[in-house]
Amino acid sequence: MSSATPSAPEAGAGLFSRTKTIPAVGPILVLLAFCLVFAVTNPRFLAPHNLSIILQQTIVVGTLAIGQTLVILTAGIDLAVGAICVLGTIVAGKMVNLGYDPMLSMLFAAILCTLSGLIAGALVSRLDLPPFIVTLGTLGILTAALRLISKGGAFPVQDDFLGLTGNTFRIGSFVLTYGVLAMLLLYAIVWYLLNETRWGRHLYAIGNNPEAARLVGIPVRLHLLQVYALAGLIYGITAWLALGRIPNADPNALQTANLDSITAVVIGGTSLFGGRGGLVGTLIGALIVGVLRNGLTLAGIDPLWQDLVTGILVIVAVAFDQLSRRRR
Amino acid sequence: MSALASAPNQPGDSVRNVLEARNLVKSYGHVVALDGVDFDLRAGEILAVVGDNGAGKSTLIKTLTGAVVPDSGEILLDGQPVHFKGPLDARHRGIEAVYQDLAVAPALDIPSNLFLGRELLSPGILGSVFRRLDKRRMREMAAEAMADLKFRLPSITSRVENLSGGQRQGVAVARAAVFARKLVIMDEPTAALGVRETGQVLELIRAIRDRGLPVVLISHNMPNVFELADRICIMRLGKRAAVVSPKSHTMADVVAIMTGAVKVEAG
Repeated sequence: MSSATPSAPEAGAGLFSRTKTIPAVGPILVLLAFCLVFAVTNPRFLAPHNLSIILQQTIVVGTLAIGQTLVILTAGIDLAVGAICVLGTIVAGKMVNLGYDPMLSMLFAAILCTLSGLIAGALVSRLDLPPFIVTLGTLGILTAALRLISKGGAFPVQDDFLGLTGNTFRIGSFVLTYGVLAMLLLYAIVWYLLNETRWGRHLYAIGNNPEAARLVGIPVRLHLLQVYALAGLIYGITAWLALGRIPNADPNALQTANLDSITAVVIGGTSLFGGRGGLVGTLIGALIVGVLRNGLTLAGIDPLWQDLVTGILVIVAVAFDQLSRRRR
Repeated sequence: MSALASAPNQPGDSVRNVLEARNLVKSYGHVVALDGVDFDLRAGEILAVVGDNGAGKSTLIKTLTGAVVPDSGEILLDGQPVHFKGPLDARHRGIEAVYQDLAVAPALDIPSNLFLGRELLSPGILGSVFRRLDKRRMREMAAEAMADLKFRLPSITSRVENLSGGQRQGVAVARAAVFARKLVIMDEPTAALGVRETGQVLELIRAIRDRGLPVVLISHNMPNVFELADRICIMRLGKRAAVVSPKSHTMADVVAIMTGAVKVEAG
């Protein structure tokens, strides 16, 4: 009946295409290539101290990118990642400075972040508004509101609990923070959700073909709502990690986090068209961005080059995705 | 009312109706889509439903799959009255539907598509607490189902996007066949396919019938209908105009009844 060729591996496994057996092969190769170049040109690059710094510099964008991955897998995009995270830092910081219990403050801040995601999700899933517009609006509203609340200025947040994730521990000569651990743990949990549960399966199906998902009885709207709410919660947790890195609540912080998180997701091989990709790629993508910035800084190259190279990487990654779509 | 003109099985046969509908009425404002339709599907048959656009066949099918609730009339499944409030209702009762557009998730593999929305969980605590998918069992069952239907695929773990159009629709048809306990309803399952691919899917539909599941097939393609159907239900102006056998009637006869050129009198 069928004359199809025996299951060829993914047609033309390009640099950024995902093969079935090893996810994110392309991004891993890119990461290794950059590491090799920087290691050869600068012996300090591979020093344990420097590698720990790269990991710590990856925490905020890397964790935000988890939520961004979820949203992009549904064929959406989240431009409010940074703003929602900053909402978390400002609210938690403000409450602690007013004398509230730090744990309660952080919890309340995370709930507010979840709520922001939930509202965006409701607008996307119930009113069928484009995610791009909804999250762009959220970004504008939150940014303005946060500047009003904090009267425009940043303020220090000195608290043991809020700074907890900045505490360090050693593994051999590596110095890691609890924030790095928290990020990796979040990756592991959400990876499990995506790859080993119905919830994740249905998320991919919705990103792939929402109509087919609806026809087999998946509650598509409810699922979208959950995705945005979970993403909001992840941004809230990121706020805690961000305060651990820099004990400062700044309404003007993380302005590049939106594009940086999208960059990590896209370089990691997740398709902007939804339904393809995953978290392993995103973690690698976040590390690529971290390594690139660190390596270029070590080499004493003008920081503007970092943005330039990152921009090229994003375009190349999207081009690969588009080309592999055309082949299908 | 409408007649069972020259139905191949004469009354009194021990044919069992799996699905029956009596006097279904459905109107949208002033437009009467179903004007007192009767319908019966017998055990083990392929029943084709044909009709011009607006004859009411898609509304009829939607009432049978639960997508539309009729204004009046009754539906009997295995002789028991049923009231479907939605598609999930009908599915829980063992009625599966296949649609014209390929209702699959292309980036997921065949087992994932087959079990989409009905994934199996691992036994024990892994499933009950950690909600872990039992991917191995789904893979084995998918391979078994495909072998059962004699539907050859390159590899059971292929992503659906790497299959041909016919194979993709085959996956959707197999999904319906695996989970349907009573019957399968197919709404133009080959409309998006080429000739050769259509052949693959037709063969699959026959395999489903041969396993004992009755099939309702909505199609515009008369040659396909005559190739497959045991009986042909002809809709016209919101009513069942006739039920004929492809053995006793020609395509021209069916088209004539469809368009009203020939009236079939109640007998």
